[in-house]
Amino acid sequence: MGMTITEKILAKSAGKSRLTPGENVWLNVDVLMTHDVCGPPTIEIWKKEFGSEAKIWDKDKLVIFPDHYIFTENVHANRNVEMLRKFAREQELKNYYDPGTERYKGVCHIALAEEGFNVPGTVLFGTDSHTCTSGAFGMFSTGVGNTDAAFIMGTGKIWEKVPESIKFTFNGKMPEYLTAKDLILHILGDIGTDGATYCAMEFDGEAIESLSMYERMTLTNMAIETGAISGIIAVDKVTEEYLEGKVRGGYEVFRSDSDAKYLKTYSYDVSKLKPVVAQPHSPDKRALAGEVSGTKVTKCYIGSCTGGKITDFRFAARILSGKKVKLPTYIVPGSTSVAKMLTEETYDGATLKEIFLKAGCMIAPPSCAACLGGPSDTFGRSVDGDVVVSTTNRNFPGRMGSKNAGVYLASALTVAATAVKGSLADPAECM
Amino acid sequence: MNNKITGRAYVLGDNIDTDQIIPAEHLVYSTSDPEELKNYGRFALSGVPPVEAGLPEGKKPFIKENGFTSEFSVIIGGSNFGCGSSREHAPLALMVAGVKAVIAESYARIFYRNSVDGGFVIPFETPVKLNNVFKTGDEVEVDFENNTITNLNSKKTYSLNSLGSVYDIVKAGGIFSYARNTGMLAR
Repeated sequence: MGMTITEKILAKSAGKSRLTPGENVWLNVDVLMTHDVCGPPTIEIWKKEFGSEAKIWDKDKLVIFPDHYIFTENVHANRNVEMLRKFAREQELKNYYDPGTERYKGVCHIALAEEGFNVPGTVLFGTDSHTCTSGAFGMFSTGVGNTDAAFIMGTGKIWEKVPESIKFTFNGKMPEYLTAKDLILHILGDIGTDGATYCAMEFDGEAIESLSMYERMTLTNMAIETGAISGIIAVDKVTEEYLEGKVRGGYEVFRSDSDAKYLKTYSYDVSKLKPVVAQPHSPDKRALAGEVSGTKVTKCYIGSCTGGKITDFRFAARILSGKKVKLPTYIVPGSTSVAKMLTEETYDGATLKEIFLKAGCMIAPPSCAACLGGPSDTFGRSVDGDVVVSTTNRNFPGRMGSKNAGVYLASALTVAATAVKGSLADPAECM
Repeated sequence: MNNKITGRAYVLGDNIDTDQIIPAEHLVYSTSDPEELKNYGRFALSGVPPVEAGLPEGKKPFIKENGFTSEFSVIIGGSNFGCGSSREHAPLALMVAGVKAVIAESYARIFYRNSVDGGFVIPFETPVKLNNVFKTGDEVEVDFENNTITNLNSKKTYSLNSLGSVYDIVKAGGIFSYARNTGMLAR
């Protein structure tokens, strides 16, 4: 019996020749990532358990990206960033990216890719559920809590139950109105928010091969929304090109065997798929954008690890170029390099930033911002009975701030089309 | 650990996500400072929409106004309990509020791991849904040698799934104690 890409990577990490789904194994971790919300409690647990003179298992393998609550007056939030700063100084961490300095990067999952921490064939853990994003690089990556992260900080090891895999194959050519966000929202609509609990989601097919790394990251990013432990896409030419100059030394490429065993397989023809939204209050409440077109909306939001990458802003610019928004439209680049690209990349003779400002959008510096609500002074946070159309990843009750608000999850194309129309729109209408 | 937990049940629906268990705006408090830590109890389950809070009637707050701990020590949920973010503050908040065990048909992976590895609350899975047979306020007894939950009001007993491979970690009280017990970490 063959093995899946995930089983092969985990076997290597566990120092075994083969693994069977369901067995518990101890993994050797290649990179541990944390941020300002979960970093401070992780450090507290680590100190308590390993003593004040404790040493990190491998200082170069710990990466800290403060990104959640950065541009806020909240004293506790600022205290937490200060705690990380002090810790990084004490421990002489080279992979600490301090807010307020040129090293600040923005949202961790995008920064991990940009800074070359996503290395095919390796195992990455992070104190954030969207750590599964890194799986777009043919690696195993998943989220854990603070106790597990503290355990890794001290030992470099963690236990994990080997997951079964579910394969999603996307055939056909992507229509211009369709994005990776639509693909994952379709999957969620089909299998639900616990449809892949504890499983690894594996994506392949010619439509996946046609996607940029950033679009692939949108797919793997939302694997967690199905309950999956991870999402993964094998390395191809697109991956190799992205990684050139980013990863020092070589990396090992793994692929699933043709006779690997899957719990289930799904197949889609993307040329037949239409833009979709997830309606309040669950990521699996799928509706065709066309079906809910005209629904009242009060705010538009483009940002986050899911929908704040340069590809998302390219989609938005295609629709917002030369137009005015009819709704308050909040733009939050995922990282400082995405923010820089907005000032450099052009569409129809204007930079993306000029297009957004001319259209009447508001732009904030990179961070997680209102994706998860955050402190009361967070940019774009929902208030009262807001109805938000957003490129983010979750729309559970209260997720973007107000407990009385509703959030529609959508692609950047759908959000931009909605901003221009003034109510929920199908981007296919304006293309 | 004791073999039995008795207390009052607080009943919730399916897909109770971590934003409902502890809304993100409260994640700023220290988890080690005893005074700040109390806030996690205060805001535990504060994101649950009122009509779904304390089923079947709803509108039963888990924490009374200005309170820091709950009168309920056993949560009975449905499927996919703890979905959403990786915040360990979720099982921590339930523990700080006084919860000892969660009973649910199924869990999201990270919440389940965090509950077990951090030793916060014991997450029991059930073979069938139980959030439609218990009412908020029922006196219950959880017996985890025999893997059962009994409604002390109606005297009916239901089975729980065995904790399986995580039993030893639960029994040790978390991953660090487990690793010390097994010699993986020095004592």
